[in-house]
Amino acid sequence: MLGLFSVLKVLHFCLQRQRSVVNSMLSGCIRMYYLIHSVLCMLSHLPPDRFFTPDLSRVYALPLYLVHISAGFPSPAEDYIEGSLDLNRHLIKHPAASFFVRVTGDSMIQAGIHSGDLLLVDRALEARSGRVVIAVVNGELTVKRLYQRQGRLFLVPENPDYEPLEITEAMDFQVWGVVTTVIHAV
Amino acid sequence: MLALVDCNNFYVSCERVFNPALEGKPVVVLSNNDGCVVARSPEAKALGIKMGTPIFQLRDAIAQHRIQVYSSNYTLYGDMSQRVMEVLSGFTPSIEVYSIDEAFLDFSGFAGRDLTAYGQTIRQTVRQWTGIPVSVGVGATKTLAKLANRQAKRSGSGVCVLEPERVETVLEAIALEDIWGIGRRYAVSLQSYGINTALDLQQADLDWVKQRYGIVMVRLVYELRGVSCLPLELVTPPKKSLMVSRSFGQTVTTLADLKGAIATFVSRAAEKLRRHQLNASVMTVFASSSRFQGEYYSRGATVSLLVATNQTPELLAGAMEGVERLYQPGVAFKRAGVLMQGLTPEQAVQMALWDSCVGEASPLENRLRQQALMQTVDRINQQFGAGTLRFGIQGFCQPWALQSKRRSPRYTTCWKSLLEV
Repeated sequence: MLGLFSVLKVLHFCLQRQRSVVNSMLSGCIRMYYLIHSVLCMLSHLPPDRFFTPDLSRVYALPLYLVHISAGFPSPAEDYIEGSLDLNRHLIKHPAASFFVRVTGDSMIQAGIHSGDLLLVDRALEARSGRVVIAVVNGELTVKRLYQRQGRLFLVPENPDYEPLEITEAMDFQVWGVVTTVIHAV
Repeated sequence: MLALVDCNNFYVSCERVFNPALEGKPVVVLSNNDGCVVARSPEAKALGIKMGTPIFQLRDAIAQHRIQVYSSNYTLYGDMSQRVMEVLSGFTPSIEVYSIDEAFLDFSGFAGRDLTAYGQTIRQTVRQWTGIPVSVGVGATKTLAKLANRQAKRSGSGVCVLEPERVETVLEAIALEDIWGIGRRYAVSLQSYGINTALDLQQADLDWVKQRYGIVMVRLVYELRGVSCLPLELVTPPKKSLMVSRSFGQTVTTLADLKGAIATFVSRAAEKLRRHQLNASVMTVFASSSRFQGEYYSRGATVSLLVATNQTPELLAGAMEGVERLYQPGVAFKRAGVLMQGLTPEQAVQMALWDSCVGEASPLENRLRQQALMQTVDRINQQFGAGTLRFGIQGFCQPWALQSKRRSPRYTTCWKSLLEV
């Protein structure tokens, strides 16, 4: 970050105990600040607590050169590359707890879940009222919206042709996972 | 302290995650080739079904108790195992994955923490995230953690912490055979000296133990005393050998079929070598008849490779030479396999004066071309399914192929077999 020359300059001011100059020189790069913590303390005998309160009032933009410079015409895009987008990283927060399932049937059609769609299910999430979940009712897997009202629990379809299902004590019920994303081919 | 986390009835639990209707029913999972029982649900255990029972002996029980029978689906179990291990590694700075369904977790530096509560958190998290039930045993050494895990399974709470002051009372009730590393024969021998329980062994005289049984048993006694002798193995030691072997679905009598089977195993082994970036310098092919029918025939043939390699064509050429040596007309082969030995890292190749990898260019160039070709083959097989591209000698109709008639879909690794809701 700082060139060797700058480091030497910092040390120079350190040795002259000019705190304010050193502070302003280093305020742009806080990490560097801590890195040379011990060196500065050793050389300057300044009390560390005062010295290392970073001054954040100003921001320095330090250019970072990671690209090889070669003769010829450089690619004008090179400076703007920021890495590519990874859909997995974007959609999957808990890889170990994430599963894909395929939808059959149209009971959730108004929630945008069609037959044949892929659902991304995260088992690490808590099943709260209002979330679309994969539930197990008496050994059968189903996708529905979960609702909790006045101590009663419902699995609600999003299609007027289907009836909501109230979960009673007699039923064997369990939430398998929470649906986070629908993948639908258009 | 360290913990042993063990998945309960792992293979059955995996099946249940994707087929919740199996909950509460007796379920068994069969070995490769649908031979015998390798996993049982608690309900199946309660029916008296033992590990390793051949399936044909269970026909009546299966019909009578409606036992659900599954072929083993190692693709699914392997993926679920990785998920469990990943969740577990969030609970400790260091973890040793001991087997497909067990891991040791380092709890040193957790002093002052309520380990029983921590164990319950681990249990609940793994259960919620993966659907797999686990038991947690905590002790001062691996051997004690293993015993604690056994207690945890029995008690029903799923977690057992063996505090140092409680060890002796617990050991008193544990039989010798239930200690990790003590087999039936050792147990009988120890009993003849009046050592009947784990506590007796813990308090045995070390000099005598060393003289009579050697250093391995001394270590075990120390472990029971809470002195750790088996450190966590955080890094898997490099493979020394690699084997692919299978029983056949039906017996094989012709040379062409046996070649086809062994060629398939060799290409599988070569694929594994390439994945681990290893070369083999020695290869043994072997085949045997059934132990239960007719005269038992078993033979192997070892082939040294001129240059250590992981290229399928070279390995196949060597293996086919071996098969010709071990084939015997009239023998009904039931099992065959290949063992790759003398494994060396792929980067360090000692070239030979007379190279077996033939081609028009220089030996090195030929090798590099060959490598590029195999990489492409591997990629295609990865994308379109194993065996999409294969060598002609492997055969197209494979009469010896494995039986796995009752295998569940590959829910987590194949787009075509996802769970449906």
